[in-house]
Amino acid sequence: MIVNVEGLSFGYGSIKILDSLGFTARPGEVTTIIGANGAGKTTLLKCIADLSKHEGKVTFDGREVPKEELFTFMSYMEQNTDLDIDLNVFEIVLLGKIQSLGFYVSEEDMEEVYEVLKLMNITEFASRKIGELSGGQRQLVFIAQALVKNPSVIILDEPTSALDLYHQFNLVEFMSRITKERKCTTIMTLHHLDVACKYSDNMVIVHDHGIYAEGPPSKVFTTKMLEDVYRVRSNIVTDENGDMHLIVLGPIND
Amino acid sequence: MTEKVKIQEAFQYGRYTRRKYLILLAGIAIALTVFFVDLFFSIPYIQPSVLINAFLHPESKDVMHTILWDLQMPTVCAGILCGASFGFAGAIMQTLLNNPLASPYTLGISAGAGFGASLTMVVGLGGLTLLGTYMVPAGAFLFAMLATGGIFMIAKAKGFSADIMVLAGIGLVFLFQALQSMMQYLASPDALSGIVFWTFGSLNGVEWMEVGIILVLFLAAFILIYRKCWALTAMRLGDRRAEALGINTQRMRKWMFVLIALLTSTCVAFVGCIGFIGIVGPHVARMILGEDQRYLIPMSCVCGAIILETADILCGTITSGMEYPIGIFTSIVGVPFFFYLLMKKKSVKS
Repeated sequence: MIVNVEGLSFGYGSIKILDSLGFTARPGEVTTIIGANGAGKTTLLKCIADLSKHEGKVTFDGREVPKEELFTFMSYMEQNTDLDIDLNVFEIVLLGKIQSLGFYVSEEDMEEVYEVLKLMNITEFASRKIGELSGGQRQLVFIAQALVKNPSVIILDEPTSALDLYHQFNLVEFMSRITKERKCTTIMTLHHLDVACKYSDNMVIVHDHGIYAEGPPSKVFTTKMLEDVYRVRSNIVTDENGDMHLIVLGPIND
Repeated sequence: MTEKVKIQEAFQYGRYTRRKYLILLAGIAIALTVFFVDLFFSIPYIQPSVLINAFLHPESKDVMHTILWDLQMPTVCAGILCGASFGFAGAIMQTLLNNPLASPYTLGISAGAGFGASLTMVVGLGGLTLLGTYMVPAGAFLFAMLATGGIFMIAKAKGFSADIMVLAGIGLVFLFQALQSMMQYLASPDALSGIVFWTFGSLNGVEWMEVGIILVLFLAAFILIYRKCWALTAMRLGDRRAEALGINTQRMRKWMFVLIALLTSTCVAFVGCIGFIGIVGPHVARMILGEDQRYLIPMSCVCGAIILETADILCGTITSGMEYPIGIFTSIVGVPFFFYLLMKKKSVKS
């Protein structure tokens, strides 16, 4: 499903956060949103998911979709995974299918939850209460919740923020594989730029209330961009596989 | 062993839910037992066997038939229904507002009813010859609905935010308690004793018509709300996550709050301010069956009914020939059990 954002603006009263920005995310591609702290990355995702009131148009395969219909094909995972309630991991993941759940949970629904738990390699957590898990484990559970209904559009806000290095790479590689296999459209915000470079098909850089650049990492991930957006001096090294790696030399002080 | 079999051996959701159904059925069985114990054993000076005989032969028209079917049965039915309604209301409010302290009592609905009842007694409307019996419940109902309207208007202006609703409720509790204190200060000794007894709550004197009204409202609210049990479970994840699952949290909060307020206002108007059940019933149910609202909602009703019915038995039997206000005993029965469950509960975060 093609997600097209056009002229999107958002602000708190007179304080402008996003000003008339636009980009396109395509099926089978991972689109990452990057930018400095406070640039409006999370706000942008919330506007796409219609969780924040905004101006401008967000279309799905060329059509503006009412909110009631949106979550039949879209999954959204928020940044904050803090939760301590009396539900176990199986039940939390099952809620991802809420749009189609009957009063009795069918064998098919249970199978799908088992499948996604297996896919995410978290089967051993199935019976544990969500509050008993670490932040990183909870993050995996909420990603499983987002995947269980097999959505056409997946929006993940900082899915790797609580994960160690291995799990960051592992998760985004997994999301990249799922995106290509299922031909879904994945949009996520990331802070780890090496991960973003390695697995993004399309990178959207949010800066100064708008889009600084949009395109494949090879085009938009430059030392100039890092100076302008992140205010750091850096080198970018490309290895024999063509993967780009960032070496930060230090901050640019005024 | 295949991967699927391995996973299902580790955690069988089907078996897990069947266990919950069995616990719920056990709860219903306990509630029925308490119902019959209250029906047959809580009238001093009358042998239970005589009442059981009157129960088994409803066609006989002797005095025992009148005592059982016209006095005792409506009281006991009102206990079951009001207990279930308070438990139900507490569970839904705690879920809707994502707040463990939410209940009709803490949100000002009961305080509004208390003031309404006190006002009618102080101005003497309760003593009117023909309409007197109905004036106190009518005043209680009117002010409970005014309290509901107040919370609703404030919440509407603020997008039905859970925090605003809780704060507005707390504000109303203080306002109506102050007004009720004023009524008590102004009341005659007779009216004051009436006010005090009413605010403790009592099932005595409830008639079949009142039981019927509560039953219809309870069934209507239960059926309409229970259909949304998955959405309510999702709301326990927090507003943002529930919305991201496609739940319209504002709309749910709006219509469910009105239904719950209507049900509890009616119960409070007929039996007085019986606090505590709305908070503790759902917590006990949650500790036993967890947060899945398919089980939590009916179990909260069952727990509420058991607490109120047990308190009613104690009220009439603890001292022969003396009837204590039921509101005192709901706490005396429920608090120790609640503390026991709190101590037994595994701590997630130490």
